Amino acid sequence: MVIAAHTEPTILDMRSITKEFPGVKALDKVSLTVKAGEIHSICGENGAGKSTLMKVLSGVYPFGTYEGDIVFQGEVVRFSGIKQSESAGIVIIHQELALIPELSITENIFLGNEPGKGGVINWVDAQSRAIELLARVGLDDDPDTAVKNLGVGKQQLVEIAKALNKNVKLLILDEPTAALNESDSQHLLDLILGLKGRGISSIMISHKLNEIEQISDSITIIRDGKSIETLDVKGDGVDEDRIIRGMVGRTLGNRFPERTGEAGEVFFEIKDWNVQHPLTAERMVVKNSSFTVRRGEVVGFAGLMGAGRTELAMSIFGRSYGKFLSGQVFKDGKEIKLRTVSEAIDNGIAYVSEDRKALGLNLLDTIKRSIVSAKLTKISRGSVVNDTEEAQISEQYRKSLRIKTPTVEEGVNKLSGGNQQKVVLAKWMFTDPDLLILDEPTRGIDVGAKAEIYQIIRDLAAQGKGIIMISSELPELLGVSDRIYTIFEGKITNELPVDKADPETLMRSMTSSSQKVAAR
Amino acid sequence: MSAPEPTTKSGFDIRDLKNLFGGGGSLKQFGILGALVVIIIFFQIWTGGKTLQPGNIINIVQQYSYILILAIGMVMVIIAGHIDLSVGSVAAFTGIIVAIAMQDWNFPWWAGILLGLVVGAAIGAWQGFWVAYIGVPAFIVTLAGMLIWRGGNQLIGDSATVPVNGEFQNIGKGYLPEIGLGLPFNALTMLLGLIVVAILIGLEIRGRRTRKVMGAASDPLWISIVRVVILSAVVMVAAYLFATGREGTSFPVSGIILVLLVVAYSFLTNNTIIGRHIYAVGGNKHAAELSGVNSKRVNFFVMMNMSVLAALAGMIFVARSQASGPFDGTGWELDAIAAVFIGGAAVSGGIGTVAGSIIGGLVMAVLSNGLALKGIQSDLVQIIKGLVLLIAVGVDVFNKTQGRPSLIGLMTRKSGTGSSNDSTTSEVTPGGGTPDTAKPADLPR
Repeated sequence: MVIAAHTEPTILDMRSITKEFPGVKALDKVSLTVKAGEIHSICGENGAGKSTLMKVLSGVYPFGTYEGDIVFQGEVVRFSGIKQSESAGIVIIHQELALIPELSITENIFLGNEPGKGGVINWVDAQSRAIELLARVGLDDDPDTAVKNLGVGKQQLVEIAKALNKNVKLLILDEPTAALNESDSQHLLDLILGLKGRGISSIMISHKLNEIEQISDSITIIRDGKSIETLDVKGDGVDEDRIIRGMVGRTLGNRFPERTGEAGEVFFEIKDWNVQHPLTAERMVVKNSSFTVRRGEVVGFAGLMGAGRTELAMSIFGRSYGKFLSGQVFKDGKEIKLRTVSEAIDNGIAYVSEDRKALGLNLLDTIKRSIVSAKLTKISRGSVVNDTEEAQISEQYRKSLRIKTPTVEEGVNKLSGGNQQKVVLAKWMFTDPDLLILDEPTRGIDVGAKAEIYQIIRDLAAQGKGIIMISSELPELLGVSDRIYTIFEGKITNELPVDKADPETLMRSMTSSSQKVAAR
Repeated sequence: MSAPEPTTKSGFDIRDLKNLFGGGGSLKQFGILGALVVIIIFFQIWTGGKTLQPGNIINIVQQYSYILILAIGMVMVIIAGHIDLSVGSVAAFTGIIVAIAMQDWNFPWWAGILLGLVVGAAIGAWQGFWVAYIGVPAFIVTLAGMLIWRGGNQLIGDSATVPVNGEFQNIGKGYLPEIGLGLPFNALTMLLGLIVVAILIGLEIRGRRTRKVMGAASDPLWISIVRVVILSAVVMVAAYLFATGREGTSFPVSGIILVLLVVAYSFLTNNTIIGRHIYAVGGNKHAAELSGVNSKRVNFFVMMNMSVLAALAGMIFVARSQASGPFDGTGWELDAIAAVFIGGAAVSGGIGTVAGSIIGGLVMAVLSNGLALKGIQSDLVQIIKGLVLLIAVGVDVFNKTQGRPSLIGLMTRKSGTGSSNDSTTSEVTPGGGTPDTAKPADLPR
């Protein structure tokens, strides 16, 4: 299909969509126009209403529960459910993938859409179509492979293959690269561009502004449930700062806080750390790693997904990951043993997980209970928790970290990602750690909250605490850390003071172990 | 436990009424408490006033105290994410050992009770070991236990009935004694009522003080007062009913054991480290472990605790029926589990309260009792109880999944502050995505 550039027909026109939840106006007269064959990004802070808008579009919120019109391919559509929107050619791929891990690629692709007659599946047909679809997304794995054996990047591709099978005309991707490493992300973005070449329009929601800038044709910015503006990427000369300005309604003068205070002496040291994969004995996840942390210093750890950063951190934190083989931990010059999580906590070490919802918080709990949960003994006498003190302490953290909530008695599940992360930070600050290990502390949280988290990190360092920050975002590492280690295939490959580090050097050390650049 | 809206209300507002009994976050408990009141009133009318006669309520307490004791342990097991199917068999096994110990080995009554608790602890340690340290699902371990301890009871007792002596019978059949003041009611029972009222007042004051410290708005004072007055009135009326029964009866000893356990375990689950750890492990085991919680120890504890309570329930039953038999405790696990779920616990763990489970258990108790008073056949009683369980949990689930404005959702949106409504919305937005995006509006920005 060839689309004449000058006519630019629209495939989708959402006209003043208003969606209310009891007591909340999630969307307020939002308009969105997507041209046929373009990649249209939607930007906005968490809670701005992006996902709600997409749920209205895909029929998750059926016709009648919102106001306004949806015009798809020139016709007003009224979806009563996701099945209908899919048959019209609108397919949404959620941030949390909807694949069944135990089923094969083929079974997943055709789940709910099985080819065959009278309830009997024609597997031969399915198989051959699966191979064809996989080729289109650039995946050469055996379609009989169970999805659980694929990496996240490949799972994402299977999702897209599944969408292609539904004869998609408009593909909606909600944070498609959030869990992917750089090369997988790039592959996915290329694929989306490829689909565009075949006339499939895409709507992409992402927090990664560089990716948006890279592949979008236009960008619609949503703030507080209202559509603010639509930018033409090529025409308007859009860059990241321009997008951020639209999202937050102001210019974030400096996204990264100032470094205040001097780093003190080395107080924490890991020597020759070796960890085995928990299941496969021959696989070494961390190899002969040694590093140091100074007081008042933010030490960055850069590495691609699967490089062993999280595994290194968790194995130090009470051997929570893998099988510990050998290595020593020194704190203040003395060797310490961290065999269990409680030992690690008692030795002043805290670990903020990259997976806030699965490993960081009990989402059924209230804010105040979560904050004190990692060191209940601190506010207990003879095993009885002092709930007045609990209330006071959590109230203090609510104020000092500016957790946006009416009261600390709210459930943590009602908070936005950024505020949940603040609760996790409060929980670990409450344990009075000397060393905080922060694993992807800004993952999945919006720009404004990120800046606040950076400030908290620098404040903690200024108080003399040692910070280890693991991150996949190089700008963040360069903006916040004092010193950066790179890690590749379980080995520490480089160490750079931040003023000697730049993205290219880091990326080189993150992708190969051979180029040990002499930095000091 | 209630989480009222943080608005600064002053003076009378009729909408505050919904905060009277756990408004805000825990409307569910209000719902089940309301259901209990409705059921009591319904049967009171239908049975022509028989339901709330002193003799009958004393009977209800004696007849169901052991199920309620089981419900206390069961809710903790369920919060931690497990289940215990063995409680009836454990109760029966303990009962026969205690009965034989007293009859054949001449154990005094107190030693019998002590022995029973030790037996319960030993069984619990055995089951807890398999669940916590080997990692066999509790469903399997206790299904095995159900067979093992039932068989054990019949093996040891030779499938026969073993009687127990008079002193021991007191824990199942005894009452608070008369102290001979010549009053027209049992003085100790009324005293017990007054103590409970004092505790209620104390808790209310303490709750208000905690909220003040937190800087959170308390309910208006009149709400607190009305709440305390209503609860106190209910307690005192109940105490009066218990105190004015047939000559020689008053509040049953088994009821006292139950009340003490409810108080102790409410405290344990809410205010102690182990209690918090149970919720933490049930809510998110991995996060709990990464916070330094020893989840194995927690699982071991809840399983062991359950069996100790099952042993106690078994002894009370034996004492009440004056003998231990081969079929004691059949089906108890189902009653206890039903009570816990009617009381608002979640099948997936992490949610539930001791108080809720007790109310859930009382719903079942009043229902069975009322139907029995009307002479309804037991086949019908079972069908009705099954439906009540299904409907109670069904309504609960339905309320939670009101992600889209249903008729009820639309109606509640216009009135009320809406805070409790949209919070339920955000919990269950279907289809993955970011739950973060469904923010409640009342967050200050």
